[in-house]
Amino acid sequence: MAEPLLSVRDLCVDYVTDRGPVRAVDHVSFDLAPGEILGVAGESGCGKSTVAQALLRILPPPAVISGGEARFEGRDLLGLGEDELRELRWKRISMVFQSAMDALNPVIPVGEQICDTLHAHRELGRRAARDRAAELLELVGIPAGMIDAYAHQLSGGMRQRLGIAIALALEPSLVILDEPTTALDVIVEREILGHIRTLQRRLGFAVLFITHDLSRMLQVSDRVAVFYAARLVELAPADELRRAPRHPYTQGLLRAFPSVHGGTVELASIPGAPPSLSDPPAGCRFHPRCPLAVDLCRERDPEPRRMGSDHTAACHLAK
Amino acid sequence: MSGAGAVRTTGLAAWWGAIRRDRKATAGAVLLGFFVLVGVFGPWLVGDPHALVGIPLQPPSAEHWLGTTGQGQDVLAQLVVGTRVSLAIGFIVGIAVVLVGALVGVTAGYFGGRVDGLLSLLFNVFLVIPGLPLAIVIAAYLPSGPATLALVLTVTGWAWNARVLRAQALSQRQRDYVAAAVVAGESDFRIITREILPTMTSLLVAQIIGSTTYAIGAQVGLEFLGLGDVSAVTWGTNLYWAQNDSALLTGAWWTFAPTGLCVALVGFGLTMLNSGFDEITNPRLQLERAWRGYLAARGHKATRSTPVVGDRG
Repeated sequence: MAEPLLSVRDLCVDYVTDRGPVRAVDHVSFDLAPGEILGVAGESGCGKSTVAQALLRILPPPAVISGGEARFEGRDLLGLGEDELRELRWKRISMVFQSAMDALNPVIPVGEQICDTLHAHRELGRRAARDRAAELLELVGIPAGMIDAYAHQLSGGMRQRLGIAIALALEPSLVILDEPTTALDVIVEREILGHIRTLQRRLGFAVLFITHDLSRMLQVSDRVAVFYAARLVELAPADELRRAPRHPYTQGLLRAFPSVHGGTVELASIPGAPPSLSDPPAGCRFHPRCPLAVDLCRERDPEPRRMGSDHTAACHLAK
Repeated sequence: MSGAGAVRTTGLAAWWGAIRRDRKATAGAVLLGFFVLVGVFGPWLVGDPHALVGIPLQPPSAEHWLGTTGQGQDVLAQLVVGTRVSLAIGFIVGIAVVLVGALVGVTAGYFGGRVDGLLSLLFNVFLVIPGLPLAIVIAAYLPSGPATLALVLTVTGWAWNARVLRAQALSQRQRDYVAAAVVAGESDFRIITREILPTMTSLLVAQIIGSTTYAIGAQVGLEFLGLGDVSAVTWGTNLYWAQNDSALLTGAWWTFAPTGLCVALVGFGLTMLNSGFDEITNPRLQLERAWRGYLAARGHKATRSTPVVGDRG
């Protein structure tokens, strides 16, 4: 792989509680190439959003980044000061939140809100900003005539697309999508993901795409990272992950949803619930729910191991 | 997605714990506790405050620790006995004012429409009437005494609280959890008392403390003007008599300075105590405290951006 755009090594994030810190992200490492779409999948609370917010350093208290390294365009994200972070956020790395559609001011026309973002970071005339706003609206498939509309005049899908337009306003090289379609229905979801894919091809930004919907992610992403209980358990190209998942957890996830193309495969859910992060099980964190678990899994923690040229999995049994 | 599930202790233990953790609150609680103890037990330890015990206007001495008044009464005895009445009226009015304010304000905010219009009109009228002059007028017509004072201060003091709580109730009324409670078939009374009011606990406590401070000040002020029962022994009447006996002209500072100091200290204690309560009623702030402590222990400052601690690389 060429020089990665983003390189994360052994990133750890703790939430501080009265009874000591709880590790929410545990030694997570991955790379992201320029223009690549990396999907991040996992159950609620597995640390996938926490990773994204840690990279932008926008995790609210009581979170602390307790170790590791994150380099982005050659810069050390974890060593940046408050001013440098402000420069970096949105300009180089932007984010679309699950609730981006609720982040619009109800009394300011939407076009003006895009202009606000532009003005906050760039010297730009009124005219030029407005032209750029119209251009961005068109880019995400909202008619430029809507530039003076208010948020309540737009549908949920349109507002979410507007969130994407604002995220793209400053031409960042990395866009983090944190469950951008969770609050929308499947039709709108498909439309928005299609837009993201097209825009990404056209503008060439990299994407960190976070969702709990593995099937959707496999369609959109180049590579997929699967998280379980604060750890990255498998990382592989999307096709390879779909064809030959190595980690029992990934296998379980893939068995849990039906395929349009596949035959009649029996659907199966993974029994049990994810462990508490304040008291994780010894050994492999997945062993209490793993159908293949052996004694080794109960005793030793599996390190991520290379499975192929671009495929790692953290499982003692994976080959 | 915060995985941190801190179990929150509730009840008195939690309140005391939070006060103890906050140095300002601890100082306030100790100060206030001292005055409450003096108010409850003090009157049995000092002599009769009315008794003429010595030559008038004697400065502090071994016999009379705070000297004597213009009538030859013991200043310390008057101060201690006055503490009981003044504090009692202060707390009773402080609580009554917030109770009335909460009842009217939350009712107006919750029901809205015509109920809101009527109740808002009522407290807006009370708001534009200047409080202290009205209190003076009412106090002048009613038979003087502590009960009258409490009534007068409550009538003139509740409207501001009502207005704040109405605004709060209006905002809470729009929240999804209230809509959910309505759909679940909870009664209006239950929604107001069990769903909405608990969200306002920190505000209510702050109001009680603020109102108590106001009540003590206003009460002393009214009595100082001679609108209380001048034969009763309270902090206000102590000052009234000191003024009556030309304490300032004769330089008899011991007849008014201790009382003034006590009024100031009680107000100070109440304000300090208030700072601790925010944390008790806001679980989020409790977590933030743990977070700050964790950072401080590692020599880091709490920054706006997520702080980075520990070994890196």
